[in-house]
Amino acid sequence: MWRRSTVPEGDGTIVAAEPKASAVPARAGRRTAAAPAAAAGTVLYLDGVTVSFDGFRALNNLSLVIAKGELRTIIGPNGAGKTTMMDVITGKTKPDRGHVIFDADTDLTRLDETRIANLGIGRKFQKPTVFEHLTVFENLELALKCDRGTFRTLFFTLDAARARRIDEIMGLIGLGDRRAFRAGQLSHGQKQWLEIGMLLMQEPQILLLDEPVAGMTDHETEQTADLILDINRDRSVVVVEHDMEFVRRLGAKVTVLHEGSVLAEGSLETVKNDHRVIEVYLGR
Amino acid sequence: MGPLTSRLLALESRRGWSVFCGLLLVAAVLVPVLHLATPPDSPLHVPAYMVSLLGKYLCFALLALSLDLVWGYAGALSLGHGAFFALGGYAMGMHLMRQIGERGVYGNAGLPDFMVFLNWKELPWYWWGFDGVLWTALMIVAVPAALAFVVGWFAFRSRITGVYFSIITQAMTFALMLAFFRNEMGFGGNNGLTDFKDILGYPLQSDATRVALYVASAVMLAAGYLVARFVVASKLGRVLMAIRDAESRVRFLGYDVTAAKLFVFTLSAVLAGIAGALYVPQVGIINPSEFSPAQSIEVAIWVAVGGRGTLFGAILGAFTVNGAKSVFTGLAPEVWLFFLGGLFILVTLFMPKGIVGLWGQLRAKIGEGVQNVAQKHRA
Repeated sequence: MWRRSTVPEGDGTIVAAEPKASAVPARAGRRTAAAPAAAAGTVLYLDGVTVSFDGFRALNNLSLVIAKGELRTIIGPNGAGKTTMMDVITGKTKPDRGHVIFDADTDLTRLDETRIANLGIGRKFQKPTVFEHLTVFENLELALKCDRGTFRTLFFTLDAARARRIDEIMGLIGLGDRRAFRAGQLSHGQKQWLEIGMLLMQEPQILLLDEPVAGMTDHETEQTADLILDINRDRSVVVVEHDMEFVRRLGAKVTVLHEGSVLAEGSLETVKNDHRVIEVYLGR
Repeated sequence: MGPLTSRLLALESRRGWSVFCGLLLVAAVLVPVLHLATPPDSPLHVPAYMVSLLGKYLCFALLALSLDLVWGYAGALSLGHGAFFALGGYAMGMHLMRQIGERGVYGNAGLPDFMVFLNWKELPWYWWGFDGVLWTALMIVAVPAALAFVVGWFAFRSRITGVYFSIITQAMTFALMLAFFRNEMGFGGNNGLTDFKDILGYPLQSDATRVALYVASAVMLAAGYLVARFVVASKLGRVLMAIRDAESRVRFLGYDVTAAKLFVFTLSAVLAGIAGALYVPQVGIINPSEFSPAQSIEVAIWVAVGGRGTLFGAILGAFTVNGAKSVFTGLAPEVWLFFLGGLFILVTLFMPKGIVGLWGQLRAKIGEGVQNVAQKHRA
């Protein structure tokens, strides 16, 4: 909100209008169709999503396409709508307008968090939320992809193959020697990795990571980048991040969000030299 | 050995099982033997009043255990658990009323005394079937379960948590109390149900019946403990603990939080109902005061004092607080409530993990002290 006072009204409307103009031609054909459907090879398609909180538009006619197997980084100033976008995809927030199409034909805006998670969309929150009173192993076991029914869970027994899978992931996230530690005893960076490990246990098609390296040391940040690149070999990953060094290291396509819609899209170099992006970042 | 048997055996460590069996032997065998087989003047003799007192405590312990399951593990503090206890008790009470038959003051085999007194001509439909043991047993379980399921379904589906859930359950038991106070409800109003004669054909006043009820309570508590232990040791138990710590995160993992909470709340209500049903024949009366909000709050205090989220702590807390209550109300009844309030404040401030956690706290303190002394010696 405070940005509004520093940017003159006129400028604000121009910035908001321009990305819309650039986005329309690319998707014009699909927009005219009665029921939205994503092209083949698309894992996630946001179509004209608008979310308002008390008159403030957190997302403003946002459209975005993520291809299967793609790694995408999303940047943008505070309040650009990055977290709200994650909330809409995972069903935490229902949009006022627009659709979120997963895997060609599933409209996520009609489903709740549980259903969406079971479809194969994993989300890591900004603040690491692991279950502090459970051990590293138990945290991963809870995330394990299997029948989530209440009675099935009551009579669940862990077979050898699944136990091995947990051990495998524990090794991948570098917590192999922390098996019986309570998650609450882990360092901040380790909690972030544990949460990424939990997402992997769900075997999702797409992973949404909200600021995965916030509060990490440089060394931990490097390791996290390698981990994400490793994960991206099997599935799509969307990373929201502030840390430009980290974004550079991932070397993926970048989307810049501003005031709830797409401001620019392309490689990090292209985006960096875009005059509107410079204006938004330096103008604040 | 099937997978379920091996899981049951794995519920406790070897030491845990020995403690469990030891306590069960003392409660279900030693106490009755010392009561029945020793002469009254022997120092080992357990007097009759002690047996019925311990029987009452066992029922309270089962009630505390049931609350610990929802509060200690799923994080939902129900302040209306007394309602499920009372409903189970009323179901048992109705059966015992029908067993009185012609031996009532009015000698009417078809109607309980209080209905004759109110000039009712026939038995209300909801009293039908309570002559039978099976129907009664079914109702002891089904009525608390149904209430918990309906209240829980509305509350958990609307994502009511924390203090709001406590208030709703408190309102639930208060509303039931007001309803049961009314004579036209057909549950004996203010006086409740009393003057019971016998259970399953055995006179309630006889020593043998009292001991049998006591043993039944001990066995039910042990069974209830194992059921609760099975739930909390399962993966569902870990889901519940995860819900307690970060409910929305569990949803994003793909678990049905509403269903998990509803299951454990309903199971808990069933255990509370059974506790109430065993309590009523031992005290000989059930009246609406069992629904009073203060009763339910007291149950939460038992659990907090013993140590929540441990199951064993709930049982320990129920015995400790009720034992203190029996002593205090004998010595100085007027200070009991001050003692109870003070106890709750002290436990919250200094023993957040209750009596069960005290051992760990002490050990940490002693360890610190030893280290300090060692450091001083070195310096």
